[in-house]
Amino acid sequence: MARSRIIRNILLGIENLLLHKLRTFLTMLGVVFGVGSVVAMLSVGEGASQEALDQIRKIGSNNILVNSIKAVEDVTSSSTRVNMSIYGLTYEDQRRIEETFSGIKQTVPVKLIRKECRIGERALELRVVGTLPAWFELLQRDVVAGRVLTDSDVQSLAGVVVLTEYGARRLLAAENTIGRTLRVGSSYFEIVGIVRSEGGLAGNIQMPDEQIDAYIPITVARERFGDIATMRSAGGYSREMVELHQLIVEADSMDNVESVAKGIEAMLARFHKKEDYRVSVPLALLRQAEATKRTFNIVLGSIAAISLLVGGIGIMNIMLASVTERTREIGVRRAIGAKRRQIISQFLIETIVLSTVGGLIGIALGMFIPWLITYFAGMPTIVTLKSVLLSVGISIAVGVVFGLYPAVRAAKVDPIVALRHE
Amino acid sequence: MHTAGGKSHDRAVIALENVRKTYVMGSTEVHALAGVSIAFHPGDFWAIMGPSGSGKSTMLNILGCLDRVSSGTYILEGNDVSKMEDDALSEVRLTHLGFIFQSFNLIPQLTVRRNIELPLYYLGWEPERSGARAVELAGMVGLDGRLDHRPTELSGGQMQRVAIARALANDPRILLADEPTGNLDTATGAQILEVLSQLNREGKTIVMVTHESDVASHARRCLHMRDGCIERIEEN
Repeated sequence: MARSRIIRNILLGIENLLLHKLRTFLTMLGVVFGVGSVVAMLSVGEGASQEALDQIRKIGSNNILVNSIKAVEDVTSSSTRVNMSIYGLTYEDQRRIEETFSGIKQTVPVKLIRKECRIGERALELRVVGTLPAWFELLQRDVVAGRVLTDSDVQSLAGVVVLTEYGARRLLAAENTIGRTLRVGSSYFEIVGIVRSEGGLAGNIQMPDEQIDAYIPITVARERFGDIATMRSAGGYSREMVELHQLIVEADSMDNVESVAKGIEAMLARFHKKEDYRVSVPLALLRQAEATKRTFNIVLGSIAAISLLVGGIGIMNIMLASVTERTREIGVRRAIGAKRRQIISQFLIETIVLSTVGGLIGIALGMFIPWLITYFAGMPTIVTLKSVLLSVGISIAVGVVFGLYPAVRAAKVDPIVALRHE
Repeated sequence: MHTAGGKSHDRAVIALENVRKTYVMGSTEVHALAGVSIAFHPGDFWAIMGPSGSGKSTMLNILGCLDRVSSGTYILEGNDVSKMEDDALSEVRLTHLGFIFQSFNLIPQLTVRRNIELPLYYLGWEPERSGARAVELAGMVGLDGRLDHRPTELSGGQMQRVAIARALANDPRILLADEPTGNLDTATGAQILEVLSQLNREGKTIVMVTHESDVASHARRCLHMRDGCIERIEEN
């Protein structure tokens, strides 16, 4: 009974609003754009931060990346007589880090060598990554075919290589690659597995893997390619000696990550004369990204809130005009026996219907805009259920807040005066 | 049941006892009603006449529970409405009274059917039941086939018939009419008065404000007012 009455009142409200279609539509526009911008902005914000968070998570939030970088002095001196630059992390660094810090689960050394690789006639320059089996465990990339490196590969100096899916496809189209021989520079490796890879940047940290890597045991890398790399550059040849290009340190818990990273930084600062290393902490980036996301949401939310406020004021304005216009109607209803609260609910229902319908259209618009953004600008966007529900709630609230004053004004109309109103 | 005194009030549907209505305008007090005592009995048909400013409109507003007395008592069908709150007065109007106005006061955006149903909506009737009632009432006042028209598509006489049907929807014992023929030509006005007379013969108590003695002659009794007081009562 009560429910059917509410439905009837809502239908009457809709009927009344439909009497002035253009006015209703224009009034609604404020809420439509307000809610639309809330949904759209939140989805863009959500999408942007989600992408960053995903990338950072792919590095592993328990991991600390220590990279070798060419120190500034070396870059400038390379054009002088010194044609061999020695920098970066050493095996000694790795040993020291492992021995010093208690919060460490394991460390994984990485050697990087750029080499031309061939399968049969196909040639491609790959980044050859010399590492340990734990590398795959740390980064958790899917194995597409075959297997990853094993401890016995490392100990027995096996000439085996694991390719990335992308690299394998580039090298050998659709054929089965497992078991084939890959020539790296002048030495030969057997392809034992294929993994998926990520590549790219997460925040400002380079992913530990690239799209076309070739993973070999670090022992083999050291034995066959040594620590010295020769590169062709503008002035002739330049040579670099780097023992380890990267060290991935896994902390035993997330709580330890930041303190261990600080410790490593302090230790490296003591033993390295130049700053030829960089410690990156994905977790710190993750925190930063989350903080950025919060700020982002607050800023976007405020802008959207202002447009909603404007929309709400628009509704209030029109409803006040409507109350004046319908003074006589209110007088008649009161004379017939309508109570004040029935007049209030009549006008309140109209504004709530107005703002809710506007809100629903706004949500549709707010879901369409992110789609356009993704389609044309390639930016990831995520429309969350939370933001949709929030928007519905907000639009109903706008209706109540901005409808209340006009409705109360309507109810205060004196029937005697109202009946004489022209 | 409380009665306001005097034997003449025993059966009264409306009993006013020394009713005053005072407005304060600036620093002066205006006595729109200066102590009116009168009783209307069931089945009466009263006309209230008087020059403008005589208090006849105030009288009708008080009788219609649209306004409250400043002092005195007003007993409507046994209920003392003089001290009632706004909501209670609304309820009294809804259940005891029917209004007919000079300018019809139909709600323009609603169809004839919806206008007639309006009191029933506030009474909380189910749509099916009030729809049937609207059809019945429209037949009674001679509006068959006009139920889905809007008021603007009707003639003045038809609009007043809609208003009468609306006033009858809640089946009140008392009808209050404020210059019901004021906006109508003489012939149409006569028809409307005939409808009112018919309703009176069927038992409705009617109180009608008018300034035309022709119109007042349709009533059985005429109350002449002047300066907020009853000047004289005429029997037709």
